[in-house]
Amino acid sequence: MNINATLIGQLIAFAIFVAFCMKYVWPPIMQALEERKKKIADGLAAAERGRHEQELAEKRAQQVIHEAKDQASEIVSQAQRRGNEIVDEAKGTARTEGERILSSARAEIEQEANRARDELRAQVASVALAGAGKILSREIDDKAHTDLLDELVSQI
Amino acid sequence: MAEELTTSGYIKHHLQNLTFGPKHEELEPGVWTPTGDYGFAMSSGEAAQMGFWSINVDTMFMSILLGGLMMWFFRSVAKKISAGVPTNTQNFAEWIIEFIDDSVRGSFSGGKNTLVAPMALTIFVWIFLMNLMDLIPVDLIPLAVAHGASAVFGVDPHDVFFKIVPTTDPNATLGMALFVFLLMLYYSFKVKGAGGFIGELTLQPFGKWALPINLVLETVTLIAKPFSLALRLFGNMYAGEMVFILIATMYGAGLVLGSFAGLLQIGWAIFHILIITLQAFIFMVLTTVYMDMAHQEHH
Repeated sequence: MNINATLIGQLIAFAIFVAFCMKYVWPPIMQALEERKKKIADGLAAAERGRHEQELAEKRAQQVIHEAKDQASEIVSQAQRRGNEIVDEAKGTARTEGERILSSARAEIEQEANRARDELRAQVASVALAGAGKILSREIDDKAHTDLLDELVSQI
Repeated sequence: MAEELTTSGYIKHHLQNLTFGPKHEELEPGVWTPTGDYGFAMSSGEAAQMGFWSINVDTMFMSILLGGLMMWFFRSVAKKISAGVPTNTQNFAEWIIEFIDDSVRGSFSGGKNTLVAPMALTIFVWIFLMNLMDLIPVDLIPLAVAHGASAVFGVDPHDVFFKIVPTTDPNATLGMALFVFLLMLYYSFKVKGAGGFIGELTLQPFGKWALPINLVLETVTLIAKPFSLALRLFGNMYAGEMVFILIATMYGAGLVLGSFAGLLQIGWAIFHILIITLQAFIFMVLTTVYMDMAHQEHH
């Protein structure tokens, strides 16, 4: 426990260690620490930016979906309307067509009836005449009776 | 010259450094004459006679070994360091360095100084390692060295001294404190100029009319800084070492006392972990504060 030259030796050793640490140890490690700090800060900023962008994108997607829904419902309602219209149109067409067919059938029927009537009219006279002729062949004056019968036929 | 193994002899033996210097002979009790050649002191009396130009080989060896170990560790980390994902070793080194950097930033405000932080790192880790040697059982390495030396050089193992805790040698702590003191003077001159520094020493605290009193007070304050730094560390470590030695003497006193000593040693070692860290930290913080004071301009 004497004070001796160890003092000077320790002083020099200490100075050398400090110098070594100052030159070869501290700067590279501190530099790496700073670099990492910067890296982390950059990473955090990038993450923040990414999250912000994602938020925006989500909002945008929501908007697009909303618009699409609106459009879809509009298209559906339009289609329904158009469908109704088509049905209505078809109904109208069918009705007029039916009426047309009906009326043409009626006209035909009437025409047929008239023709039948005319035919009948033409035949009745001769049939009646033939019948009457057969029954009353002798005593009947053809001429006078035909007039009488024509008059009768016209009254039918 | 082997002393008889007594408790006080054991303690004295453990408190003696391995000193190399000019050999002396004790012709009759209390009268020493130099023999003219150099060698290791064979007793504490001879070591005391060697005077200033002798050297404590154990202190130098252990401190340089530990300092080299520390520098090797940090340098190997610094070589491979990357700003990416750190390895475990790198993480450990960075943890220490960030801790030092934080406390230096906390107490040093002298602007850009590339010396203070690395010096704080050196002080903290080096002193911590030197103090840590205190936790190695007191007899282990001294016995190994003594028997090794007796096997190799044929000397009596009782004449080989070896203290493995450099900080229990006041030379070590004073050497470091003196370096801090020199740096304090250097920065005081550099930052304040010779005039500013002399002014600081003479013009306060009482103003220019009490110049001699100021000079005495300030000089004492200045000188007290490195001495308190050195003696605080030395005192704590020396006392701690002494307690370990005293506990170790109990091992020879029977089974009961021996077991009790074992418990005591464990307890004291656990407590000592706190002390060695704290002392290293205090030395570092005070050095930083002194450096800061050297950089402060007074108004």
